Amino acid sequence: MLYNEPSPHEVKVLTRRFGLENSASLDTYLATDGFKAFKKALEMTPEQIIEEVKISNLRGRGGAGFPAGLKWSFVPRNSPKPKYIVVNADESEPGTCKDRLLMENDPHQLIEGVLIAGLAVDAHAGYIYIRGEYRYLIEIMDRAIAEAYSCGYLGKNILGSNFHFDLYTHTGAGAYECGEESALLESLEGKRGVPRIRPPFPAVVGAFQCPTVLNNVETYCAVPAIIRDGGAAFAALGVPKAGGTKLTCLSGHINKPGVYELPLGFPVMKMIEEVGGGIRGGKKLKAFIPGGSSCPVLTAEECQDLTMDYDAMARKKTMLGSGGVVIMDEDTCMVRAALRIMRFYAHESCGWCIPCREGTTWIRKLLQRFHDGMGQRSDIALIGDLAKNMFGRTFCPLGDAAAMPTMSIVEKFYHEFEDHLDGKPCPYEKARQLVMA
Amino acid sequence: MTLSAELEARFDKLLKSYPPGRQRSAMIPMLLYAQDELGSVTPELVEEVARRVGVEPLQVEEVMSYYSMLHRKPLGRYHVQICTNISCLLTGGEELWQHACKKLGIGHKEVTADGQVSLEEVECIGACSWAPALQVNYAFHHQMTPEKLDRLLDSLRKAQ
Repeated sequence: MLYNEPSPHEVKVLTRRFGLENSASLDTYLATDGFKAFKKALEMTPEQIIEEVKISNLRGRGGAGFPAGLKWSFVPRNSPKPKYIVVNADESEPGTCKDRLLMENDPHQLIEGVLIAGLAVDAHAGYIYIRGEYRYLIEIMDRAIAEAYSCGYLGKNILGSNFHFDLYTHTGAGAYECGEESALLESLEGKRGVPRIRPPFPAVVGAFQCPTVLNNVETYCAVPAIIRDGGAAFAALGVPKAGGTKLTCLSGHINKPGVYELPLGFPVMKMIEEVGGGIRGGKKLKAFIPGGSSCPVLTAEECQDLTMDYDAMARKKTMLGSGGVVIMDEDTCMVRAALRIMRFYAHESCGWCIPCREGTTWIRKLLQRFHDGMGQRSDIALIGDLAKNMFGRTFCPLGDAAAMPTMSIVEKFYHEFEDHLDGKPCPYEKARQLVMA
Repeated sequence: MTLSAELEARFDKLLKSYPPGRQRSAMIPMLLYAQDELGSVTPELVEEVARRVGVEPLQVEEVMSYYSMLHRKPLGRYHVQICTNISCLLTGGEELWQHACKKLGIGHKEVTADGQVSLEEVECIGACSWAPALQVNYAFHHQMTPEKLDRLLDSLRKAQ
């Protein structure tokens, strides 16, 4: 089902079937160009498929934004080992709720994307790693998979092509860390989700120590459209070096929160004003998280003339990330926001790397002390220093994910930390309580 | 240990879902699905899963302690999980959490005296655009308010 009204600004490629009757059924899928791309891909060589994905400028939608075609090309063609396709459906980056909709409303699109990836790298089995909390989606995917098997779109000799492919769902059991690719693979193998050292990357040594393509749900869901309509058509929807559309999740202090499919390069202020209907209660924008809580936070000023794409965000020293946009209005206490974000990372740190394990916990304690009005001036720099010492010193990006928003909040909202000094009550708390009352 | 027919079927399917020699992969799904039926991960279940996937019980213990959804103590029949992460925080998730604690008279990971309802403050559950959000067992409830929460808790009580 749809949880919010669509916006006229949307360009519906991945969400084109959303809202159709029985959109999750194979019948609806087949009636709306379903598996057309797969049939086309059967006539193509693996090189041609990968080339088309490269032309599309599709970049990984999970957060890192790595070019998908390039990633696929790293899978060693001549390896004697079996190859696997793994779908990262562990959506747990705070602010992100899009993969849910893709699986709920159009599960066969994901299946078709996985099959095409299978053709591209000669893989014959795939796993969809779905976070444990998304049980209803596991049921939806299992039904869609069973339907695809019964109609010959999965299993042996698919559509008489001699290509065979088995697809399974796999449930997580509550761990943010497992959204990181190497931790996800450990978890898939029945272990604690502790990240692996890389290289080797999953393309060479992935699931079950075999070459593996591992992408986000949204990345695979873009593949059928790319093969069906051509990579160039997909690329043309976006900006140079980032093709297509991005499912963008608006949340926080916005009038029309929701998930919207917007072309890459969409202006940030237009997105807030016209897609999201502006800031709640006619307030002013204070802070903006572009793609999940691990991204450095932007000020309202930095959002002017900014567009939603990987390179524009990189120029502002932040990331497009997963598309989880969090909007904070003028009454938001940034110390409180930093504290809540750090509480999350401290909770989710797996403890493997000491800078992350110790850093997240100590920063959380310092921020808590600040928010309680017991902070000291020297603590402000200490928070920044601890974050900097965590950055780049961990196996997986969780340490960075915790450090980046913290460093940006300390740097850009320094005065708010000062406002909490000397036992002063949180200056924003009163405004917030008035809003809540 | 005797399992229900559904669980047996699910375990069989899981054990066949992974490459030969990789049955350990089924461990986490097996624990979670079995917990749904049994209410918690009991020592017997640990032994059973260890035997079926071919590892030592200690290895199962080691893995399960990592995952926040797996627990040794039974929760309430209705496990209410309230998100207070950033998007929910900005839209009243914290107030919702405090309201629930007060109304039920229990705190984080506690169960009401009658064993019916338990409460947990959780991290992002993937409902940010429809915040504040919570889950009762696996069902999502979006755009919650203290009033809607009251009605929800009352309906759970009536459903007993």
